[in-house]
Amino acid sequence: MSWLRASLGALAAVPVLALLLFGMGRDPRAIESPLPGRPAPDFTLARLDGTPTRGPWADAGGADAPDSFHLRADSGDVVVLNFFASWCVACRAEHGPLGTAAERYAGEGLKVYGIAYQDRPEDALRWIRGMGGQSYPALLDPGSRTAIEYGLWGVPETFFLDRQGRVAYKHVGPVYPELLETRIGALLRGEAAPEDGGATSSPGWQRGGEAPGATPELGVP
Amino acid sequence: MIRLLGHSAILAALVLAAFGAVAAVVGVRRARSDLLRSAQLATYGTFALLLVANFAMVYALVTHDFSVSYVAQVGNRSVPVFYTVISLWGALEGSILFWGLVLAGYSAAVVYLNRDNHGSLVPYATATLLAIGVFFYLLLIGPADPFVRVSPVPADGPGPNPLLQNHILMGIHPPLLYLGYVGLSVPFAFAIGALLSGRVEDGAWLRLTRRWTLAAWAFLSLAIMAGMWWSYEVLGWGGYWAWDPVENASFLPWLTATAFLHSAMVEERRGLLRVWNLSLIVATFLLTIFGTFLTRSGIVASVHAFAEGEIGYWFLSFIAICLVFSLALLLGRSQALRSTGRLGGVASRETVFLLNNLVLTVFTFTVLLGTVYPLVAEAMRGVKVSVGAPFFNRMTLPLIVALLFLLGVGPALPWRAATRAELRERFAAPALAGLAALAAAFALGTRHPYALVAFAFAGWAGATNLGEFRRGAAARMRAHGEGPLTALVRLVRSNGRRYGGYVAHLGILLMAVGITASSAFRLEVERTLRPGETMTVDGYTLRFDGVAAREEPRRFVVWADMALLGPDGGPREVLRPRLNFYRTSDQPITTPAVRERPHEDLYLVLMAFERDGSSVTIQALVEPLVVWIWIGGVIVALGALVSLLSGRRGDRPGRLARGEAVRVKRVPAGTAR
Amino acid sequence: MTGPAARPLVAVLALACAAPAVAAFALAGAAPVVAAVAPAEQAEALPDSLIEARTHEIAAGLRCVVCQGLSIEDSPAELAREMRAIVREQVAAGRTRAEIEAYFVDRYGEFVLLEPRAEGFNLLVYALPVGALAFGALFVAAFVRRWSGPEEAGAGSAAPWDGHDDGRAG
Repeated sequence: MSWLRASLGALAAVPVLALLLFGMGRDPRAIESPLPGRPAPDFTLARLDGTPTRGPWADAGGADAPDSFHLRADSGDVVVLNFFASWCVACRAEHGPLGTAAERYAGEGLKVYGIAYQDRPEDALRWIRGMGGQSYPALLDPGSRTAIEYGLWGVPETFFLDRQGRVAYKHVGPVYPELLETRIGALLRGEAAPEDGGATSSPGWQRGGEAPGATPELGVP
Repeated sequence: MIRLLGHSAILAALVLAAFGAVAAVVGVRRARSDLLRSAQLATYGTFALLLVANFAMVYALVTHDFSVSYVAQVGNRSVPVFYTVISLWGALEGSILFWGLVLAGYSAAVVYLNRDNHGSLVPYATATLLAIGVFFYLLLIGPADPFVRVSPVPADGPGPNPLLQNHILMGIHPPLLYLGYVGLSVPFAFAIGALLSGRVEDGAWLRLTRRWTLAAWAFLSLAIMAGMWWSYEVLGWGGYWAWDPVENASFLPWLTATAFLHSAMVEERRGLLRVWNLSLIVATFLLTIFGTFLTRSGIVASVHAFAEGEIGYWFLSFIAICLVFSLALLLGRSQALRSTGRLGGVASRETVFLLNNLVLTVFTFTVLLGTVYPLVAEAMRGVKVSVGAPFFNRMTLPLIVALLFLLGVGPALPWRAATRAELRERFAAPALAGLAALAAAFALGTRHPYALVAFAFAGWAGATNLGEFRRGAAARMRAHGEGPLTALVRLVRSNGRRYGGYVAHLGILLMAVGITASSAFRLEVERTLRPGETMTVDGYTLRFDGVAAREEPRRFVVWADMALLGPDGGPREVLRPRLNFYRTSDQPITTPAVRERPHEDLYLVLMAFERDGSSVTIQALVEPLVVWIWIGGVIVALGALVSLLSGRRGDRPGRLARGEAVRVKRVPAGTAR
Repeated sequence: MTGPAARPLVAVLALACAAPAVAAFALAGAAPVVAAVAPAEQAEALPDSLIEARTHEIAAGLRCVVCQGLSIEDSPAELAREMRAIVREQVAAGRTRAEIEAYFVDRYGEFVLLEPRAEGFNLLVYALPVGALAFGALFVAAFVRRWSGPEEAGAGSAAPWDGHDDGRAG
């Protein structure tokens, strides 16, 4: 029994084990987004008729509301883009906090938009109304072009744009009040996004994939 | 009560297995046959205890005892009994419980069938098997405890994952897989035994384990095929192999086990490759544990993955121990192993087996590298990358094609160097067959180079293997004056090892042809139809007749009636692709309607539908020769069976060749236990 | 014996060494079988079947982001279909494969490519298997050379095993 060779053999196992140990320490489903730090892709999307359900535009009977919204880099506003869907169970939890933040910071230059992802207009409207309505417009994204522009992996995902029109933060999973306060507050004050603060996800949020063959938009009873 | 029974049984099994392992090692080193006997009894006892634990769990599942944590996790009152029973292996804890049972079963069988063998190999092997069992039983009383008390007791449970309730293949694929995976522990245990006892040169460990390896390999082959079939029938994408990390995990030990089956023959005949064979079987075992680790550690995201958690660290520790122990033992002992004997020469079967091992090993390495590369890239570059089907196809197709070619070389070569005349005689017809296959494939429309080469080599290898049957039968007919059929039957019966192998080869070729044809000639059409409208694909005309739905206790099923029209325009048959909406899941599960015929499958998927039935979107695929993949898989297993059932009497573990005496070590009278 | 039968060896080993060459050919851009032959007709298909073929090819290399490991070509998911539509548009507009892939990588990260880009560190995952094959082939050739020859007299261990494990302990 050659103990020298035996020890060498044992040593050979070390890099393999180190690699596997490293693998245990990270989440294979957490994908970094290349967007934070870059100018936000601009878009022009149609407004979902019937939203917002309250606030200045709704009060006027919706007649003054623009039919479509164009994202402009030079608007000087802080913008929150929230991708949602009526069939998305987790989106329910974040609807309230988003609405609260939208109303609270409206005067300071915050604009919130909800973007419906793979949803039918009627379904999205019904869902919004069922949640108690909202003071910010929901936009329609046919063909998911904008969702793809923003590198969407699923819903809900929320993008925080700074006053210069750059994507400052991306959050995967439902947003919650503390997160909104921190992020929006920082952006309204004009603070730059921290180096590593670009993309975050909700604690315990598992990005589930669709099972192949699942089409969420049609036929859900 | 069930919980108590289950917990006690596992705990007792743990203690018994640990005792048995120690007793076996001490017994063999100190020549204490009483301890050896105890180890044997401990092994039987462990099996009995695992049976109790498994039956207890099945009982709890069937009676919906939701105070048991595992039942609360996967049970549901409205699930049919069949799926309730098979949910034993549907989630993590249950799967470990089942694994423990299979392992204990194999250990008991090994001990029983070798009970008259009093050499030093069997006790070491028993100890190894029991030690592996100790790890799994530790899991069962630790992180993977299925018998945890649930309080308050829920009224009902969420039921198994919907994907696992959709097809009866779910009752077949996991048991086959475990029988294969766990079965490969047996040759591993004997290899460790050979290294520990120093008895490698006489090849006893190879002989004793030949049948076990073959059986485990056959189970694993069937399991992989069943998995492919399940993927095809259930996942609704028309494919059967996606190079998903967990598919790869089941494939890797199969590759090394196949290499081992071949190179073991070289060691048997020539006394060479001893260290290589030991390494191969150690690698095979480590890959089975690694595969289990992949599904349960959360290290890669996969369709198959069970829940993640701390159990990954347990598996990692076990892998670490096994890896370090095996490597140390291999390198430490191998120096002393002398190779004797000679290869037959360059143009001999041994050379082909070496090349076969080369290609299979590189294949294993490539798939393993691709599967873990995302991990490596993230560790080194900090960026997440994907390694998917395009990579694996690109890198492994050349190897697969090389294997198909070798499949047609080895069987026709003798074990010593062949003469030129022999080569000419044996390979002339196959070469022609290969060219004919190439021409036929081209004539039928194949254009892709790999597909053309694959068909050509399938023709070549098919001719070689069939030619061997012909040659052997002809020789018998000449020598014994038998008729062709008798000669064939007697040939296979008297040479089961060899001809069983050729049968398995033919099965592989059938699978290769099926896979090549269904990939290269696949047709796909997607249409949105209103009632009464038709779509055509490759000569099939399908008419959408309407959508219907049905409420079931555990799910809501929607299907489209698609009428396949005959030449007269009237409906020949109705195909019903379905979407199943389970209460517990957001996303529906498709059930494609598959119309299987020998020459091609018609495969319909219901992609989407309007709730009022005014339109559906149907995807129709035509895939030629798919059934031959499944038939080929069964033939592979049949070939393994033929090979298993044959062999000299002395090969059968525990049985003695005629006239062979057995030396029994007697414990001197008065020795205390 | 070497000599007359050496040529088959050369042929067989040449094949083993040709495999790296084939692999290199594959690396140079030959499309995998899966993306191969029949153009699929889609409901939104354009008449130009070359556009379709290119779309299939490129789509087979992009990951469906809402599935587990399927390409957007294979995946029935809605988002996959929408991504395919984008690919088709860009193919029709004359963009190259690299440009289209860059479009998706800019938005989704490298993860969206089903095959790692063959550059920098990633080259390892392509080079190592090819290297292993080449090295292994040379090793086998050397091994066969070294160990071929007439049987040694009295090579008892190489004699066929005669039966049973014979009861020697330890």
